[in-house]
Amino acid sequence: MEAMAILRLAVVFSILTSFSLLAGSSPSPSTELQIVTAESRIDLTSHIVNVFLTLKVENIGESPASEVLLAFSPTEFDRLAVVKAAASAGKKKKKSYLPLDVKPTDLPDGPNGTKYYLIRLLKPLGKGEAISLEVLYILTHSLEPFPVEISQSESQLVYYRDSAKILSPYPIKQQATFLKTPTSKVESFTRVVPTDRANTELRYGPYEEQPPFSYSPIIVHFENNKAFAVVEELVREIEISHWGSIQVTEHYKLVHAGARHKGAFSRVEYQSRPNSGVSSFKNLLAELPPRVHSVYYRDNIGNISSSRLRTNFKKSELLIEPRYPLFGGWKSTFVIGYGVPLEDFLFEAADGTRYLNYSFGCPLAETVVDKLTVKVVLPEGSKNPSAVVPFPVEQRTERKYSYLDVVGRTVVVLEKSNVVPEHNSPFQTPYPFGEIWKNEPTLELLTVRLNISRSSCNFQSSKDHMSSYNCVDLASERWYAENCLQLHLQG
Amino acid sequence: MEKATDLLSSSQSLFSLKSLKLKTKQQELLLRISILGLVYILAFITRLFSVLRYESMIHEFDPYFNYRTTLYLTQKGFYEFWNWFDSESWYPLGRIIGGTLYPGLMVTAASIYWILRFLRFAVHIREVCVLTAPFFASNTTLVAYFFGKELWDTGAGLVAAALIAICPGYISRSVAGSYDNEGVAIFALLLTFYLFVKAVKTGSLAWSLASALGYFYMVSAWGGYVFIINLIPLYVLVLLVVGRYSMRLYVAYNCMYILGMLLAMQIRFVGFQHVQSGEHMAAMGVFFLMQVFYFLDWVKHLLNDQKLFQAFLRITLTCAISVGVIALGLGTASGYISPWTGRFYSLLDPTYAKDHIPIIASVSEHQPTAWSSFMFDFHILLILFPAGLYFCFKRLSDATIFIVMYGLTSMYFAGVMVRLILVATPAVCLISAIAVSATIKNLSQLVRTKTKPTQAGSGKGTASTKASSKGALDQSLPYQKNGAIALLVGAFYLLTRYAIHCTWVTSEAYSSPSIVLAARGAHGNRVIFDDYREAYFWLRQNTPQDAKVMSWWDYGYQITAMGNRTVIVDNNTWNNTHIATVGRAMSSYEDEAYEIMRSLDVDYVLVVFGGVTGYSSDDINKFLWMVRIGGGVFPVIKEPDYLVNGEYRVDKGAAPKMLNCLMYKLSYYRFGELTTEYGQPPGYDRARGVEIGNKDIKLEYLEEAFTTSNWIVRIYKVKPPKNRL
Repeated sequence: MEAMAILRLAVVFSILTSFSLLAGSSPSPSTELQIVTAESRIDLTSHIVNVFLTLKVENIGESPASEVLLAFSPTEFDRLAVVKAAASAGKKKKKSYLPLDVKPTDLPDGPNGTKYYLIRLLKPLGKGEAISLEVLYILTHSLEPFPVEISQSESQLVYYRDSAKILSPYPIKQQATFLKTPTSKVESFTRVVPTDRANTELRYGPYEEQPPFSYSPIIVHFENNKAFAVVEELVREIEISHWGSIQVTEHYKLVHAGARHKGAFSRVEYQSRPNSGVSSFKNLLAELPPRVHSVYYRDNIGNISSSRLRTNFKKSELLIEPRYPLFGGWKSTFVIGYGVPLEDFLFEAADGTRYLNYSFGCPLAETVVDKLTVKVVLPEGSKNPSAVVPFPVEQRTERKYSYLDVVGRTVVVLEKSNVVPEHNSPFQTPYPFGEIWKNEPTLELLTVRLNISRSSCNFQSSKDHMSSYNCVDLASERWYAENCLQLHLQG
Repeated sequence: MEKATDLLSSSQSLFSLKSLKLKTKQQELLLRISILGLVYILAFITRLFSVLRYESMIHEFDPYFNYRTTLYLTQKGFYEFWNWFDSESWYPLGRIIGGTLYPGLMVTAASIYWILRFLRFAVHIREVCVLTAPFFASNTTLVAYFFGKELWDTGAGLVAAALIAICPGYISRSVAGSYDNEGVAIFALLLTFYLFVKAVKTGSLAWSLASALGYFYMVSAWGGYVFIINLIPLYVLVLLVVGRYSMRLYVAYNCMYILGMLLAMQIRFVGFQHVQSGEHMAAMGVFFLMQVFYFLDWVKHLLNDQKLFQAFLRITLTCAISVGVIALGLGTASGYISPWTGRFYSLLDPTYAKDHIPIIASVSEHQPTAWSSFMFDFHILLILFPAGLYFCFKRLSDATIFIVMYGLTSMYFAGVMVRLILVATPAVCLISAIAVSATIKNLSQLVRTKTKPTQAGSGKGTASTKASSKGALDQSLPYQKNGAIALLVGAFYLLTRYAIHCTWVTSEAYSSPSIVLAARGAHGNRVIFDDYREAYFWLRQNTPQDAKVMSWWDYGYQITAMGNRTVIVDNNTWNNTHIATVGRAMSSYEDEAYEIMRSLDVDYVLVVFGGVTGYSSDDINKFLWMVRIGGGVFPVIKEPDYLVNGEYRVDKGAAPKMLNCLMYKLSYYRFGELTTEYGQPPGYDRARGVEIGNKDIKLEYLEEAFTTSNWIVRIYKVKPPKNRL
């Protein structure tokens, strides 16, 4: 086992070293930029890796540059969940950030399959000008447990692989990389002089005058007993009822993605020894909207009695405890359901279309979702909906039959893979309702029912306007205002 | 202005009230319908205690199998269901589900589900299954009403409906979540009986056809149909003997028997039993007897000669009986007619099962009934029952003879087996209802006849008004009115006590799902032990899809339904040898048990252990039955090896074989390290109140895979065999 691991490491190293040797020879992008200072802070304290990159970019070419490229190794690229960038201006205390547009490019891959993300600057960088950029990117599934299987009494050790030098298509004058581990227990780490370790922080650098595509692979082997909670599949169903409630049902397939549990599970040890099963977790925190009601937590064999709900004006916190503690490789499936008041999330635009404004991601804290499906079930009779999501998702529509439906409800299905808590931003689903419905030749009974529901809805939305000042969810209010504006412009 | 409209409306309402004033008959009808409606609702809601206390879930053991099959039926359709070979139970034998179950319950629930779905009620099949039993209990009250009306009068019908709606003997099997065959079968049973009585009364083909259909439904729902197919011939025989033979009876019985038999053959599990099994021969015998009777009647009609007919009668009867006996003897000898089964014997002879079939005797609901449980399940009905019988005898008719026979036979069976109290309940309720209704009617008539003349006197206080035609009656019984009132009050008091008792029993005793256990904590708070589901869900999620789990058969259905894993034995105890093998493994030493488990491909072993929580129906307490059943097939297992001077113990004084058998080891593995109760040494078993005898348990061939938070379920993994060196 041990020998195998060493062999594997050697192979990996040799590949990566050849990678860095090759790096210099490839052609760099057309504009001539250079990075004056670069600092990378890698947060390894949970199983989601956050990388904060501070770059100072300078244009040394003739032509103005409006784009800056970020380079990622192919493995990193596949594990990227979020890339965000902002231009920072001002000195320390009065720093202000302007969010910038970031998207994957269709540029040909760089040397050894290096992939790019493209940051579009707000205004082109003239000759000799410099700009400070703050980049945040989040990697999932990047901590590899080693040993792969541990017993109940052992704690979990993981590998993190990266480069000591920042991968970039531009030359970097001065740079440093900092890694933050959850505990001071670090088994081993690659040394690339100068390397320094203090308590929970590892520092690589400073390195001076590195050519483009410099890469020097490092491996850090350290202890990480945080909950490696991964939701393999999450289906969120948001059902709108114009009668006054939004019903949310979330189906989870949870797994502990850390080192697999080996051998026996002893309850007596788990109960009596505090450090037994340190890498396991037995509860998770879900953050739900305020004013949530009728919360349930169950699985396919019945209700799970171990959950706590705390509500206040800003948010509701649901502490859920699966039926058994989750050790490495153990799975659990469950359903969380709750209702929220309609007026908090459904709004009417000026042109009469209604739209839902709801949070996209998974409400569980510190959790990666491999595949997220959000289904917005619109009331019967709504047509041509389409969702507005702040990041790219796959979209399609379905039909669903629920209580007393005649023609069925339109369902907007949104799919996204590799979702992290940063994706918990609101999205909008506008849908026209009512006017089209009038022309539908339907049963008399149905129209009667619908008239009732429509009138109640009108009442509902008028109440919205009145109560908008004391509305609790400020974020959704802002979105509401913005969206109103957008819809005005469109209309 | 407002006042004016008020006045107007009030005068209008007055007017409408006047026009709405009903005649007495209409009033009575309205009253009757509303009482019936209330009883219908009451029967449903009183069974919802368990849903409110716990949740909408399936209870106990067998209902999990029924739920699993219903789920399969709704997902895959009837054809697949009918041809389902279940490889997840009785490994490696498997079980032909379609041919070994009564599909009535599943088909009923699935139809309700499909109808609701069609009407666009997006319900889950589980909710339908949970509420099937209460729904049918409500329907039973309606049947009870009509039956009571048929037997006595509408008053008795109403009382019967009210009594049966809350009778604990019935509630025990029909609370929400108790998704078992009995839930619909009692409805079907009573319906069949009612329709048959109606058919006998009217002699109409339509009613007897209806009763045949009711019988078919009963056969499709429950094995207890054997009771019908024996009680009805017995009833017919009694009618023949007491000289109540009539054309009506002939039509009713023949139609019901022939059609019912043909329909029943469509159920694969029943098949040709109606013509091939000893239990059904009585019905056939009576059928032929009816034909002989009819033939004799015809001959009598033709002959018109008493002497000649007597001679003919003698010859025919002798011939018919001898032919019947010879046919039966030949059939039995050639094996064409199967002899009575053990279950049937054990009904006729309560001690039979104890000596011959330990697997039947090991089930607590198959024990002979204690007096206390009669009292618990029937309460005042137990006293009213003989009174009702008295009334029935006083007014004998075909119908009352039937209910008397039904009551007496089912009472006997209820005494033999606890679970058969259920069959007796409708009869007891009906007969008691007759008693209550007749008594109250008599009493209230007495009270009324007294009050009428005094009211007519309208408070002048003169005694002369009493000098009426009723005066003579008064003189004979001086305190008649007061006595009647006192008795009425007494009757109402008793009925009130009955209602209170029923509610109390329902809420305290019969509404526990037995999957989730609830207890009172130290501060009076409710503590919930959800260990069963914890373990089953762990199995479902964290073991390989094809893992085989060995456990005692009690948990088989639950493991397949909730854990979704293959089991070796389950609650369908069709193969005694297989169960005995598991019993043998549990009572052997670990190395011997390992051989058995290897031969059965067992991956996991599941035991239930109550030592930490004080849960007494665990595997250690059931263990002697495992030894007995195992020993019944494999004589190497001997019960005395596990006992010390005939005493069963687990502490230091226990038998050495006991302390080292697999079940003991699996239950108490590492239990010696745990302190369960303050002031007691570690390893103190709270279920049995002793300190265990073997605290140093080492497992060689198994390892602990999972133990639930309260230790109630413990799962062990069978290690793969060691490599040969």
